[in-house]
Amino acid sequence: MAEEVKVFRSWGSPFSYRVELALRLKGVAYEYIEEDLSNKSTLLLEYNPVHKKVPVLLHHGKPIAESLLILEYIEETWQENPILPKDPRERAVARFWCRFLDDKVSEMFALWMSCWTEGETQQNFMEQAKECLHLLEEELKGKKFFGGDSIGMVDIAASSIAHWLGVLEEVAGISLLDEEKYPNLCKWTEEFLKSDAVMECLPKRANLLALFQTRKQAISSVK
Amino acid sequence: MKAVVLLDFWASPFGQRCRIALAEKGVEYEYREENILGAKSPLLLKSNPVYKKIPVLIHDGKPVCESLIIVQYIDEAWPDRAPLLPADPYARAQARFWADFVDMKVRSPYADASHEFDSCSSLRIATNNCAQPVCSQHPLTLFFMYQFFEYGSRLWKLKGEAQAAAKEEFILILKLLEGELGAKKYFGGDAFGFVDIALAPFVSWFYSYETCAGFSIEEAAPKVAAWGKRCMDRKSVANAVSHPDKIYEMVGVLKKKFGVE
Repeated sequence: MAEEVKVFRSWGSPFSYRVELALRLKGVAYEYIEEDLSNKSTLLLEYNPVHKKVPVLLHHGKPIAESLLILEYIEETWQENPILPKDPRERAVARFWCRFLDDKVSEMFALWMSCWTEGETQQNFMEQAKECLHLLEEELKGKKFFGGDSIGMVDIAASSIAHWLGVLEEVAGISLLDEEKYPNLCKWTEEFLKSDAVMECLPKRANLLALFQTRKQAISSVK
Repeated sequence: MKAVVLLDFWASPFGQRCRIALAEKGVEYEYREENILGAKSPLLLKSNPVYKKIPVLIHDGKPVCESLIIVQYIDEAWPDRAPLLPADPYARAQARFWADFVDMKVRSPYADASHEFDSCSSLRIATNNCAQPVCSQHPLTLFFMYQFFEYGSRLWKLKGEAQAAAKEEFILILKLLEGELGAKKYFGGDAFGFVDIALAPFVSWFYSYETCAGFSIEEAAPKVAAWGKRCMDRKSVANAVSHPDKIYEMVGVLKKKFGVE
């Protein structure tokens, strides 16, 4: 029943992508509602009054916000193709890396800030970004995915590295995900992008490129 | 080394969350004080190489880091008693949301500007904030930056107009929590749970916030104030959290160290 599950999303957002990917991996049919983030719908503001952001998952009319929390809810509600291990300690490790990704790798930090800044500020962020990539590289050692043999919650949380990062690097004219320095991460990206579920709802690279180029211009003109 | 060890710091509200959870579950553990204002122990550096921070729970030699992740781990490792999260997935999602809310307002100075995918202005705010050097090596500064850089701490860290603005922001946060608590005994309902554990340690800080910024939490959020008193009546909380006077003393020390007077 597709009408039971709805996702408020923005097509280019790696956060709403996480939710769509998790639903597809579990074979859950859903409807999405595209949000214009510069003109948010009354519904979105009603369903996420505290943060007023996408993604929001609506299940049986009840809203859940915050992408990582939505992933936990999806895992607990639909048991097919688990994205978290059963063992409490392994679950704690997976949650740790999801948190790390949102702290150090997400929008306002390291990888992203490297791409939106310039000069010395950019250099500082790039250094931090490289440290983060290094930690993720180590965590991947001996594994096909962060989740082991199959895509798990950490892999889903790290989607932005597999697809958005390359676009940002191009827009900013920098290189962060160096194949020589991060062979595990690069191999992981290849494997990740082989998945049907991953590819089905990934935003087109050309569209992301245009979006980020526009944004870069807007930021430069705002200074 | 005992089967369960907690690397912690006496005043850390994050460590206190773990102590409360362990007490609620009746789990025996060894408490190890880390001198976070000095050199970090080899055990801490080995157990939390990514963040090098307390609290760290070491269970049968294996570390778990990040206070809310530790609390969830405690709930899952000892599932046979005193559930800390509700059974229903939607209720669990709500509990995680509000615990995360407490963390967001506590953890990141860019909380409001972060995770907004399409906002040029928030990027500009963040860029301006990030342009200041963040990499002081002084351990006290690092402690300060990571543990105290939060909306509550701005109440005693700032002065004048900036402090007044911080006070308004903080009161907004209190009112959101007040709304979520409503007529319930605890954030979790009748049972003390995840969100209560996330927020309870900060009750000891209320006196400091009120005194430094000149306002009353009881006035701004009477239900939260009453909830705070109810939490203090629980043994697990009373034994874990710091006395408000001790926190106020520590705030005084920190203010002097940072020349805030």
